Amino acid sequence: MQKQLTKGNEAIVKAAVLAGCRAYYGYPITPASEIAEAASLYLPRAGGVFVQAESEVAAINMLYGGAAAGVRCMSGSSGPGISLMQEGFSYLAGAELPCVIADIMRAGPGLGNIAPEQGDYNQVVKGGGHGNYRTLVVAPDSVQEMADLTTWAFDLADRYRNPVVVLADGFIGQMMEPVEFAARATVPAPPAWAVRGNAETRKNLVSSIYLEPDCQERHIRKLEEKYKQAERAEVRFESWRTDDAEIILVGYGIVGRILKAAVELARARGIAVGLLRPITLFPFPSQPIRDLAKHAKAFAVVELSTGQMVDDVRLALAGRTPVEFFSRVGGNAPSAEDVLAFLEHTFPDCLPRPVAGRQEELIHG
Amino acid sequence: MAVNGKPDRGLVEMNAEECKGCGLCVEACPPKVLHLAEALNHYGYHPAVYAGVGCTGCGICFFVCPEPGGIRVFRLDAVAAA
Amino acid sequence: MASYTVIHEKAEAFYDTFERKAELQGQTHYCPGCGHGIVSKLLAQAIDELGVQDRTVLINPVGCSVFGYYYFDVGNVQVAHGRAPAAATAVKRSRPESIVIAYQGDGDLAAIGTAEIIHAANRGEPITVIFVNNGIYGMTGGQMAPTTPLGKKTATSPLGRDALNEGYPLHVCEMLNSLEAPVYIERVSLGNSKQIMHAAKAIKRAVENQVKGLGFSFVEVLSPCPTIWKMQPVEAKRFVQDEMAAIFGVSNLRDRSKEAQPRPAAAAAPALEDLPRLLDLVNGSGVEGAAAHPPQELDMRIKVAGFGGQGVLMLGEVLAEAGLEAGYEVSWLPSYGPEMRSGTSNCHVRLAHHAIDSPLVSRPNVLLALNEPSLRKFLPVVEEGGIVLYNGSEIPEDCVRSDVRMVALPFTQLADEVGATKVGNIVMLGALLEATGMLEQDRVVAALKRLVHPRFFELDLAALARGRQEFRGSAADDYLWGV
Repeated sequence: MQKQLTKGNEAIVKAAVLAGCRAYYGYPITPASEIAEAASLYLPRAGGVFVQAESEVAAINMLYGGAAAGVRCMSGSSGPGISLMQEGFSYLAGAELPCVIADIMRAGPGLGNIAPEQGDYNQVVKGGGHGNYRTLVVAPDSVQEMADLTTWAFDLADRYRNPVVVLADGFIGQMMEPVEFAARATVPAPPAWAVRGNAETRKNLVSSIYLEPDCQERHIRKLEEKYKQAERAEVRFESWRTDDAEIILVGYGIVGRILKAAVELARARGIAVGLLRPITLFPFPSQPIRDLAKHAKAFAVVELSTGQMVDDVRLALAGRTPVEFFSRVGGNAPSAEDVLAFLEHTFPDCLPRPVAGRQEELIHG
Repeated sequence: MAVNGKPDRGLVEMNAEECKGCGLCVEACPPKVLHLAEALNHYGYHPAVYAGVGCTGCGICFFVCPEPGGIRVFRLDAVAAA
Repeated sequence: MASYTVIHEKAEAFYDTFERKAELQGQTHYCPGCGHGIVSKLLAQAIDELGVQDRTVLINPVGCSVFGYYYFDVGNVQVAHGRAPAAATAVKRSRPESIVIAYQGDGDLAAIGTAEIIHAANRGEPITVIFVNNGIYGMTGGQMAPTTPLGKKTATSPLGRDALNEGYPLHVCEMLNSLEAPVYIERVSLGNSKQIMHAAKAIKRAVENQVKGLGFSFVEVLSPCPTIWKMQPVEAKRFVQDEMAAIFGVSNLRDRSKEAQPRPAAAAAPALEDLPRLLDLVNGSGVEGAAAHPPQELDMRIKVAGFGGQGVLMLGEVLAEAGLEAGYEVSWLPSYGPEMRSGTSNCHVRLAHHAIDSPLVSRPNVLLALNEPSLRKFLPVVEEGGIVLYNGSEIPEDCVRSDVRMVALPFTQLADEVGATKVGNIVMLGALLEATGMLEQDRVVAALKRLVHPRFFELDLAALARGRQEFRGSAADDYLWGV
């Protein structure tokens, strides 16, 4: 299919419909509203359902109902709305229901503002709801990835019977880039466990209740094993000019893009810098980070938060390699030049030494 | 059951093992032919029991009973009644 | 010998045995004399009589109604506290043939789930809601409910419910009756045998309405909770008949079953092959005939800035769209939010012959400043050798940089002369194209054709031409350049 200049938020919806999503339940919030707006247009066109819910609490529970009925469904929101959805994430994970939720992050806490931030990492990746569960999280860095990772998110959700979050920020949601959408549309058959209101599925039950402690423990262990399997099978990341890198920058989403520019600037200055960009935040690319630590002198994590993902980098490295941190928050983003300045300041030893004699040569030249 | 050779219009079958002895059927029964037994059932409740005669087959006990399978109500067949 | 036929027995819609626990498989979890058992029985009867057992999906929320799935041999979905109407909405919307029944208690429906029930009712979701109101939190051990009668002592109103502190018992039927959409709203009671027989009819009607495809149907059942009320079952039943019925009123509040029209069936889903068209991915909406390779090496990092309403974002979008068509990698990133409504507005546009790393333009080599504050704000970061187009007759004296190419033209006035102030951005675009030769004219025209309203297309072409012309005729070409 030909490339189309597409807004990130809109790309999510088009990719979702092509992936067989036939229900959208959501509540408007900047900077995610274009998702609901596009869904209100395209879902009905595709023979699907769009409901503007009375709240994010209702929206996530509509997802629960839609998923229980065996339909690929999704929602979209931003930090404050995601906070309200956390109860639902827990129930969805507990009842093993697949669905996709896009979180287009804005600045917090509280009402904060609507400019881009990455402050939802902990509540989304670590799970802001109750109980032993995880959400699978993918983090696009471009509009193309908004589409591609949304497609993948639906497959992951079905495979793991678990909610999957597309975690992006206001930049990625609002910006336009060329996108090539999946050439083929699919609608998977409804899963056997779904409750579809027919004779075939009459005995089915969707529930997160296990009254007996032993049953509950078995259930939790089963979920745990799924998450371990995801850690074995689903880690995705992008490694950029890391082969000879002494310093590994780590950043996801829009920060990954800024860091790519920073890598070029730094290398032009003679600093051997590479980038590791996690594409899945859970499962987190811990092993690739450990592998890079064999050759790298240090890691520098950059986030639009006061330090959330950096904890996972530190956990991966377990103190073996120094981890430095740089951030902008509140809706600000560092420029590539800012990152370079940070690198020069933090790692003066990595700067190339002035070659003796050159000054003189220049003067005389 | 029959009184004076005339069969009762109805018959009620109380499931003593599902009964929790709430007594709602006893209170609601129009002909007052149900009562709570002296004896306890398996779970320790005094179950409702039918006196054996006088049921009209009205079905009220069935509807006031909170247990899904606590009571079965029968009605005298028309042929037999004739 | 007299022969008898069964007229009332356990409904088919119930499981034969209830596997909640290894023992007690003949019994529900309800306490002796509990109204829930009666309501369940009436509901199961209705499902049997309407022949919809296979189609029924029961939504089991939180509270004493949580375990419906152990009893009802129907499709079951257990949901979070208060959210049954939301989940029911989605099941019904996606499976319109199913018979969706939300069975909720008073804490669930009238406290934590108030928003969900009101909005499901207001949307007229064609579902059935059975609301068991016993004025107390039973499952959690007797805390106050929104429907607890005034004066009633509960675990959380130990001195009795006081209107000044806890407000009044919530009348849910009356609230829902203020909405336009519901088809059927009735409050029934389990206070005596006659009321119970009437409740059976109401519950059946509420399910039957759904079978007929009518709208939202709601039955509130005033129901005894002998254990928590600390009453004998018979005494509790009388309390329902005498006290609860007096507080809430037992009546049909609305029955539009006869006049309500069945909802039209959803249109058949389109063929999958048709989806790209329906998603606006083909037929002129995308970039047709885009060049496979960029015609030249290019790395334009453009900052467009001005005040809201000057067409800042649109100017950027035309550049990105034309760039894509010309075969370049492109990105467009807006400032957004309140800035869209007033104040400053800016966007970052990149066009390059190679993959674009950061879509954020921190060191632009093109600045399109549509007003003075934008010039002042972004001029300092323009890369050496870059170009600045400024919307004004001359560059303010203190804004001059000799290491960049600066062009001042009164684009807004020029647009007025073309015919509309709003095309000032396109006049500026014309000047930019003329100054840089970055894009071929036909690529830009094609982009405009796709992006602007047909009504303004000719005007935009004129604006584009005017911009080019003014730039050519302007001494501004070398304005301070290289000085």
